[in-house]
Amino acid sequence: MCSVCGCSGQVSSTERAEAHDAQGSARDRPHVQDNCDRHEAHLHGDQGLQHSHQAGHDHPHHPGGPQAHGGQALVSRDADPAALKVAGMSCQGVIQVGRDILGKNSRIAAENRALFMADELLVFNFMSSPGAGKTSLLVRAVSELKRSCTIGVIEGDQQTSNDAERIRSAGVPAIQVNTGKCCHLDAAMIGEAYRRLPPLTRGILFIENVGNLVCPAAFDLGEACKIVVLSTSEGEDKPLKYPDMFAACSLMLINKIDLASLLEFDLGRTVEYARRVNSKIEVLTVSARTGEGFGAFYAWIDKQAAHQRRALKDTRR
Amino acid sequence: MHEMALCQSIVEIVEEEARRRSFSQVRSVCLEIGALSHVAPEAIRFCFAVVATRTIAEGAALKIIECPGVAWCMICSKSVKIARRDECCPHCGSYHLQVTAGEEMRRKELEID
Repeated sequence: MCSVCGCSGQVSSTERAEAHDAQGSARDRPHVQDNCDRHEAHLHGDQGLQHSHQAGHDHPHHPGGPQAHGGQALVSRDADPAALKVAGMSCQGVIQVGRDILGKNSRIAAENRALFMADELLVFNFMSSPGAGKTSLLVRAVSELKRSCTIGVIEGDQQTSNDAERIRSAGVPAIQVNTGKCCHLDAAMIGEAYRRLPPLTRGILFIENVGNLVCPAAFDLGEACKIVVLSTSEGEDKPLKYPDMFAACSLMLINKIDLASLLEFDLGRTVEYARRVNSKIEVLTVSARTGEGFGAFYAWIDKQAAHQRRALKDTRR
Repeated sequence: MHEMALCQSIVEIVEEEARRRSFSQVRSVCLEIGALSHVAPEAIRFCFAVVATRTIAEGAALKIIECPGVAWCMICSKSVKIARRDECCPHCGSYHLQVTAGEEMRRKELEID
């Protein structure tokens, strides 16, 4: 059964490296055994044997020492399992687990982030509802940014490689991840896809997530920033309807701004609603069709690149 | 329906603990779900029943402790309870809130036989 959706037949897949390099040959990197052609590729659990001390857990650590807990034996995670087994007796009781449900995804996201930092790569995770204009926005951005730096794109969709083909037509390497029945990209999918892209050292990786304003917000991919794209045709109250998404993002890009007057779109109210759920969110208005606002967007990218360079410098001291 | 993926993760940890500690039955699984987390408890209940089928967790009771949302108001410097992300500070009406609790999604404990 698929660990993502419970389906028995639908699988997600990542394009082979040879298929999507618009600029050169695929990287010769060792293949990590999280094959996206198998159901096991979706690593959503937390199988690490050591729990994180950053994740909250309130149990004391006394190896092998049962403690009173609600009238039942409490077994520490550090207890020696052998000490629990007595011939002919069950090991009835309560086991404290205290681990983040998203722990495994978070661990893989941290590995991705370390890899991106080592490659001095700036990574953005674009999210929106379907039809907000993410792909059009990226096609314009990569067409213009490819002149000044190395660019790569990971495209996430349930089906088809249409979006990756649009990006490749703009002269930039792109890899399509088809998620099958899955409603979001996860860190394992990104790790796999990145290894199949050509080298992007000191460049920018754009990830276009599955069109969905709910699920993708929950999954760290290892990106530097999450960006939500909201189009003027969607209405001002989207941030209130989907607060988790807007709370998770550093930047809200309001696309199709050229249609604002036609649609009587209230920009002030939209920004006010977004800042109710995330007082720190930055806001830029753009039009992927006309190019309006893209200069400010590129300036914002430059600012994030400078932040990352400073962070990298600090870690290397 | 990302809750399905999260329930798969919950079942995986139960199976892992079963292998490590050699128990064969799980009576209950206890989760802590924050009011401001990315999951709905009712969706988790529905998905858990589906994902647990034919695993060691099949038939286990699912106990969900719902943790309240708490935020720090940057205007009046107070810790306040919020049930939703779009709520303002009940003292000053400001939306300059920094969430400090209520985003957790944790497996707390397992009751085993």
